[in-house]
Amino acid sequence: MSALLTTSPDQIGTALQARRMPRWATLAIAAGSVLLSYLVFFVAHLLGGGLVLTVVGAVVIFLIASTAAARAIEGGRSARNRLATSLIYSAFVLALLPLVSVVATLVGKGLTRLDGDFFNHSMRNITAFDANGGAYHAILGTLEQAGIATLITVPLGVLGAIYVVEYGRGRLALAIRFFVDVMTGIPSIVVGLFILAFWVLIVSPHLTSAHRPFYSGFAAALALFVLMLPTVTRSTEEMLRLVPPALREGAYALGIPKWKTVLRIVVPTALPGIVTGIMLAVARAAGETAPVLLVSGGNPAINANPFEGNQESLSLYIYEQAGLASKYGLPRAWTAALTLVALVLLLTIAAKLLSRRNKLKQG
Amino acid sequence: MSSPSFPGSAETAPAVSAEPHVDQTVSAEGRGAHRYPRQGPRAGGSTLPQRRRFGGESLFQWLSTAAGSVVLIIIVAIAAFLIIKAVPAIRADKANFLSYNQWFPDDPTEPKFGIAALAFGTVVSAALALLVAVPVAVGIALCLSHYAPRRLAEALGFVIDLLAAVPSIVFGLWGRDYFASPVSSLSGWLHRYFGWIPLFGGEGPYGQSILLGSLVLAIMVLPIVTSLSREVFRQAPIMDQEAALALGATRWEMIRMAVLPYGRPGLIASVMLGLGRALGETIALALTLGATNVVSADLINVGGNSIAANIANRFGEAGETGRGALIASGLVLFAITLVVNVTARVIVYRRREFVEAAA
Repeated sequence: MSALLTTSPDQIGTALQARRMPRWATLAIAAGSVLLSYLVFFVAHLLGGGLVLTVVGAVVIFLIASTAAARAIEGGRSARNRLATSLIYSAFVLALLPLVSVVATLVGKGLTRLDGDFFNHSMRNITAFDANGGAYHAILGTLEQAGIATLITVPLGVLGAIYVVEYGRGRLALAIRFFVDVMTGIPSIVVGLFILAFWVLIVSPHLTSAHRPFYSGFAAALALFVLMLPTVTRSTEEMLRLVPPALREGAYALGIPKWKTVLRIVVPTALPGIVTGIMLAVARAAGETAPVLLVSGGNPAINANPFEGNQESLSLYIYEQAGLASKYGLPRAWTAALTLVALVLLLTIAAKLLSRRNKLKQG
Repeated sequence: MSSPSFPGSAETAPAVSAEPHVDQTVSAEGRGAHRYPRQGPRAGGSTLPQRRRFGGESLFQWLSTAAGSVVLIIIVAIAAFLIIKAVPAIRADKANFLSYNQWFPDDPTEPKFGIAALAFGTVVSAALALLVAVPVAVGIALCLSHYAPRRLAEALGFVIDLLAAVPSIVFGLWGRDYFASPVSSLSGWLHRYFGWIPLFGGEGPYGQSILLGSLVLAIMVLPIVTSLSREVFRQAPIMDQEAALALGATRWEMIRMAVLPYGRPGLIASVMLGLGRALGETIALALTLGATNVVSADLINVGGNSIAANIANRFGEAGETGRGALIASGLVLFAITLVVNVTARVIVYRRREFVEAAA
């Protein structure tokens, strides 16, 4: 405070500045609030006491005290600025806590069953009293279902985006664009019910000689397709829009028809971005539980055929094992969760790294 | 209708998206060489190849139009098939579907079910989750866009994006097996000192409650709202911000005057999108709610249920009517989320700057 009034040669300009709270004051207030909170909550047990309350109390006391001090020394505007800064940083710390906890729990509990058995065996003939058993069948199911869904989604999504960007005019294109966005928000459980009503209950009885509805991995793939389609269309659309118009015009000027221009010039230019979008969509779809729960049926044994018979998936496996009345179920669920997160994050990180190398940049 | 709703197209692809309202025939001539001229008197340049009726061009155009229309077909089909399967169940319902609390659709003599408690739980848990998540998310978004050093902000933004990809079953499992115990101590504490507020009036047992479900939901919604609103704040015009700072505004005043007003529509839209996500969340709530159908102001007692969680929990033992009843409740959920999403998107579409961020 006093530094402002002295006129040492390197501080000539400071007369223009308002009075500032010295740095040590903030630290002193911080130390004081920790001490006060410790005395009030930890020692005197106000409101029940406890470590968590002490920490929260220290933060609250610090916020109030530093704002009050700043108000007295620097004025109201600066005090509000300090309060906002502190609040914004504490929001940040507050949000990191549960996320760190999720990761720690996931790794800590997931490592217990991370063995060869887990990746080589199914749950066939595993009773509630058996500690072993694995998720081979579930991993297989997830890969097949996500793979089939990708095979259906990619051509439709990319072509749809090509329509919206290159051909679409007027109301139809506007409606498609709008409903692609709306469709990204449809809950996955509703999509699951849709596939249940449409494919499992209405279409599938006609596919067997017994005329009975049946669950299958393919039905799950259909649900994942419905979930992935808007994401893929949307991201492809963004990427196609980034292709410089000069490339298209150059191709047109050489007399190349529009469809060839799109397929040979526009799409290859945007390809890294399109692949990134597809990988992100696959990552999200692979982790979906709700629709798979409704239409794939679940199966403790290995079933490699997605078109016939019930099939398991990794997320469904987690849900089932977590609800199992066996002490061995939960470790299996956590290890499966760790596997699923690893799978999803690998895809996501690969997609993000690919997008960094993408030469078409937004903005 | 055309140019404001096709943002970016005017800058990035003028050759393609100009004159959106013009009829195909005219625009084909107007845009020239890339399209074969139509037959007839107006198709000048007879040296150019004639447009073939079944050539690659029309085939490809037809294919892409069909692929684009799949989205519309699917949305209509979702509504149609849910209605087909829901109507018989609602007909069989002996209670009022909209106002009845309990769920006994497979009772052989008197199937009774209603979504009152489920819809209540859905709305309350989603609202509470947003109440917790939005201020924190806005704080983080501002931190990433205006406070943290750029390198750090980029790295943390990457982490936030990764978190959005973590499957909901993992959050559900964490909520049930780990987070439930701190939350039940919190519930006990809240009841002891703030029990006079009806929200915390529950006597226990504590654990899998609306409070736990909403907090888990808040953690799940956080990355989505954060990354959308960060994009919005980042796109606030830099000139206004510099002008505010040059006039002597503090950083917070600058944000309040030059960033938040600009970002408000985008912020509202991102909150609505988060709400859509929270309303439809299934597995995390199926694991963290107590799965009892009650309508009460109390948040901390074991209990609570939501439409989506109810579907996941009851599907296994549902019979013919039970399945129809679950589909009927799904139809209600579909309608609610459709309204929320359409509203959000209308706000987004009014605000063209935000469109790029809304993925």
